[in-house]
Amino acid sequence: MFPVCAGATIWQVFPATNAVTQAIAKSSAGDTIEIQSGTYRENTTIDIKHSLHIRGVGNPVLDGQYKGQIMSIWASGTTISGIHFIRCGKSNLEDYAAIKVYHVNHVTISQNTFEDNYFCIFLLKSDSCIIRQNFISGKAVFEQTSGNGIHLWKSQHAIISENKIQGQRDGIYFEFVTNSRIENNISAHNIRYGLHFMFSHRNQYTGNRFTNNGAGVAVMYSNHVHMTRNVFDLNRGQASYGLLLKDISDSRINQNRFEKNSVAIYMEGSNRLTIEQNNFIRNGWAMRIYANCEGSKISNNNFSGNSFDVSTNGSEDHNHFVQNFWDKYEGYDLNHDDIGDIPYRPVSIYAMLMERIPFALILYRSFVVSIFERIEKIMPVITPVNLYDEKPLMKPVRL
Amino acid sequence: MLKIIKYVLLDIIRSRTVIGYTLFLLLTSWGIFLLDDSTSKSLISLVNIILVVLPLVSIIFSTIHFYNSYEFIELMLAQPVKRATIFTGSYIGAALALCLAYLVGAGIPLMIFDGSATAVTMIASGLMITLVFVSLAYLAASLTRDKAKGTGIAILTWFFFAVIYDALLLLLLFLFADYPVENFLLGITFLNPVDLARLMVLLKMDVAALMGMTGAVYSELLGSLKGMLVAGLVSLVWVVWPFLLSLRIFNKKDI
Repeated sequence: MFPVCAGATIWQVFPATNAVTQAIAKSSAGDTIEIQSGTYRENTTIDIKHSLHIRGVGNPVLDGQYKGQIMSIWASGTTISGIHFIRCGKSNLEDYAAIKVYHVNHVTISQNTFEDNYFCIFLLKSDSCIIRQNFISGKAVFEQTSGNGIHLWKSQHAIISENKIQGQRDGIYFEFVTNSRIENNISAHNIRYGLHFMFSHRNQYTGNRFTNNGAGVAVMYSNHVHMTRNVFDLNRGQASYGLLLKDISDSRINQNRFEKNSVAIYMEGSNRLTIEQNNFIRNGWAMRIYANCEGSKISNNNFSGNSFDVSTNGSEDHNHFVQNFWDKYEGYDLNHDDIGDIPYRPVSIYAMLMERIPFALILYRSFVVSIFERIEKIMPVITPVNLYDEKPLMKPVRL
Repeated sequence: MLKIIKYVLLDIIRSRTVIGYTLFLLLTSWGIFLLDDSTSKSLISLVNIILVVLPLVSIIFSTIHFYNSYEFIELMLAQPVKRATIFTGSYIGAALALCLAYLVGAGIPLMIFDGSATAVTMIASGLMITLVFVSLAYLAASLTRDKAKGTGIAILTWFFFAVIYDALLLLLLFLFADYPVENFLLGITFLNPVDLARLMVLLKMDVAALMGMTGAVYSELLGSLKGMLVAGLVSLVWVVWPFLLSLRIFNKKDI
């Protein structure tokens, strides 16, 4: 290892025992450390106490050998890029991560690869950090013995974009994170949630894809969340949801696509949401709305090919459905304004019965059940009286 | 026997009822596909036809056909031909003709407009239902010499499998809602050929909902190859036993 030129201070690092740690010890704030390709095994965690630009040249491998953390960042303004992190320690007591960032701001972590780590990128109380274009792949098998891909705790103004995360416990996890943006990430095949956040207000999620995750996406106890142009698909299983909303309020869910999930949107205790211009295609249930949700407006969505459009457990409904396209709508449009002249009731009697006896699904599409549904359409007894779309669209919304 | 099959088949295919049946299927399925923009919705409408109309037409037509061909059968019996050969030939002829009508009437539109795995499943289960109900028709017809009685039995059989069975199942489901009887009820459902066909289609069409079910018994059992094999076996039993029984009755019958 040697400085390339005295004033500019770019330190080149070549494979040797503790090479990276020694280089950092010699450097001073604002220096650049270029790690050349090869495999590096350090005896201790690499602590970064002053701001550095650490750059991998030719995809160098930092091997944690399953012993504790690989890198800790304690200095603001640090950038990490182009490094391949593998095998950080696993523990039940300590949340070991490939990169852990402590109480700093303006750290950028970009274009790194993570493989077989416990937690991968872990931010604590950090401000204005950027996590971009990383590829994260884990080998999670059990929830108890695996960590999250990108984990943020008590942070703000983070930008997480264009990452690809798979095989972790949760793809992206937020707790007490505010004013952050999550854009264009792909989170797939994680054993728990593709995206999971709690108590994280005023965040934006745009253009992400959450697919094939064990339990889909779960968002809880937050407000002022904007979810736009995301794709939620193939999240299937008995406890699996495209999007699970628990105690979410004053949020917007726009222009998303929900395809082939067991339940596309599950709402519990969620109030004043705007759900507009989403596509619900071939899901088991497009929406399951608990009776404790109120004041949401569901409009201009397309519901097509879902086994059940809407189901609820109450006899009344306090949400507003208007101008959606329902492929099961059988009404007419005499004045040709493209709005059906009779209201559509999206909750079928069988969906209500199945809330009580889920196993009744085995009789679905039976002749007897069709007869019941006809009768209920003529004389509604069981389905919620005020849950209907008074202006159903005759044609799908173009999205 | 081939000669008998050929004769019966040609006879039935030329009959006005079967041509009408084929045209009906063709028109409805074609119409449904053309009228609805989304194929998934058309498939749902078609399922209802397959599960209700198909068994009804198969069983009534075959019963009446059997009674109408009594004179032909009597004539054949005067020849040196085994009874079993005549009966089997007549059965295969009728079953083939109805299957053909179904394939032309619903199979072709299904393949043209959809062609997915769902369509293939629907065609297969439709054929299975046709075979089962022709067998049941022959059983009904061999039970009595009286045409009106035989047709009555046939209609009742259809009504039982298409409506009463499921209604009873639903009742059981409610009565035992608090008990772990899922496997038992699933087993009972498997015993009805109409339900069996419905489950197979359901598995292709509502897979997302099925996988969301509590106690994943259902998707596990049916989704696997084992489930498919069991379903195939059960339907085969439904084709074979009514036929064999009716053959036995026919063999011993004083005509």
